Amino acid sequence: MAEQHLVLLAGADEHDLTQLAEYRAIGGYAGVEKARAMTSDALIDELQKATLRGRGGAGFPMGRKASLIDRKSPKPKYLVVNADESEPGAFKDREVMARVPHRLIEGCLIAAHAIESTDVFIYIRGEYLAEYEILAAAVEEARHAGIFGEVQITVHRGAGAYICGEETALLESLEGKRGQPRPRPPFPPIQGLYMAPTQINNVCTIATVPAILELGAEEFAKTGVPSSPGTAIFSVSGNVVRPGNYELDLGTPMRELIYEHAGGIAEGRELKAVIPGGSSVPALTPGQIDVPLDYDSLGAIGTFFGAASLIVVDDRCCMVQLGIRSTKFYMHESCGKCTPCRVGTRWMVQILESIENGTATHADLELLDSVGDNILGKVLCALGEFAVYPVASYLRHWRHEFVAHIEQGGCPFGGSSSLEGIIAPSDMHAHTPAGEEALV
Amino acid sequence: MTSFYDEVQGFRARYPEGSRSAVLPALRLAQEKHGWLSREALEETADALEVTPAFCYSIATFYDMLHLEPVGRHTIDVCTNLPCALCGAQRVVEAFESELGIRAGETTPDGEITLRAVECLGGCGYATVVAVDDRYRQHVQPETVPEILGELDG
Repeated sequence: MAEQHLVLLAGADEHDLTQLAEYRAIGGYAGVEKARAMTSDALIDELQKATLRGRGGAGFPMGRKASLIDRKSPKPKYLVVNADESEPGAFKDREVMARVPHRLIEGCLIAAHAIESTDVFIYIRGEYLAEYEILAAAVEEARHAGIFGEVQITVHRGAGAYICGEETALLESLEGKRGQPRPRPPFPPIQGLYMAPTQINNVCTIATVPAILELGAEEFAKTGVPSSPGTAIFSVSGNVVRPGNYELDLGTPMRELIYEHAGGIAEGRELKAVIPGGSSVPALTPGQIDVPLDYDSLGAIGTFFGAASLIVVDDRCCMVQLGIRSTKFYMHESCGKCTPCRVGTRWMVQILESIENGTATHADLELLDSVGDNILGKVLCALGEFAVYPVASYLRHWRHEFVAHIEQGGCPFGGSSSLEGIIAPSDMHAHTPAGEEALV
Repeated sequence: MTSFYDEVQGFRARYPEGSRSAVLPALRLAQEKHGWLSREALEETADALEVTPAFCYSIATFYDMLHLEPVGRHTIDVCTNLPCALCGAQRVVEAFESELGIRAGETTPDGEITLRAVECLGGCGYATVVAVDDRYRQHVQPETVPEILGELDG
């Protein structure tokens, strides 16, 4: 079996790295010492040289973000870690917090030193209760051991809202408001949490920072591929033999991840689609999976690295049903602030359902595209786009399947699709369990 | 024992003065105490935070984990988002529905168990994920449903 390259998760198989002593025994917290011996300017230079790209989805270089913080501001500077992992398909941050919490904390202390911050907030999604307990205990242990110096780290729990993974919605939520995105500019490095300069990074980004200090930026930049150095933890889910997290060098071919690490398609079935970055990105066809897993290579074929989370779909799945279930999620999670997203996602669901149940016409396919076009670029944050991108890709690559629904007056899968009968939270009270007649 | 009011003051002390950042921890605590966010719970939270009940309500309506109507003593949340759905989450929902005699979104008549379909819980590689009283059970199959419910009886 192909080998993983463990950097974020290094040592976690052999040691209980939730314990401070064990993390220290493998050299943990040495990076903080090194960082604190450097000026913040020198540290930011080092982080810039590493070109560590944000693992949350946007891929913006972490060191460059740090360089945008106005360190001379009389206001406090904040470091906020986005641990509100909620993208369907993603479960990597959760593993980092559960297994290597001290590596995340060490990354926080290094990043805080770079931006001259003494206030760190880790915003963890409310559903991650076990991970919260492990992380909070690790924070307490490190604090009592005197590792924090002047720095305060507060772990703040969300309460169930996908949109709070969007950075400005996260800041609103952390300030005690409804988690609705802010217009930009101003961007968070200028005016973020409590109107002060704020650096926001994903869990995996921050947890990679100790490795940069350990290896040195130059060595770190030689790993992975030149445009995207380092490793990423790839979450693989769906119809594969061995779903799970795999930490690999960026640039590893997608085929190797799916067929070697994850064991290929389950039950000897055929691959139909891969949604490579979490459910919000355009899907790929089986002919496209030789793509290297890095930001630029995935961008070049019209999709996104996103949250490094691959949802693998086998040939039993109806793409219209896939579109319905995906869009119902984004409809449910739309915060309601921007009309194109609030209304458009509902409209998309209605059109997709009419295609699925055979009442749509060919004109509805154009309408579906048009509703999507009227969301893209007309909303404050990316959620509306996350609803549109996947469905537009299903329509582009599997148009024949949409057309077949219309021409046959219903789903060509005839009830055999792997998503048949799936309910979404927005359907509750409105569905009929299998084997029962509708209560009419 | 620390009073609700005092505990909320402890939350407030973690955040800058004048901010409302303590509202989520305070609402969560109120929900633990009252079982759900009744009018009384929202008023008690508002008093402790020195904000209006309307503000607390506006926050509570935004977040899925805050309950604005009574829920059962136990909650069972079955993930039915794409990765779990591709691996048969619907069969798991149906198994719970049939064992409990209720539908997703409902509470058993004795007020013991609320069953819900929920969006992605972040356990996609270990489908189907079910949160039982907020603790994750992974790789749940229709066959393991009676066992999970049996543990709740005890």
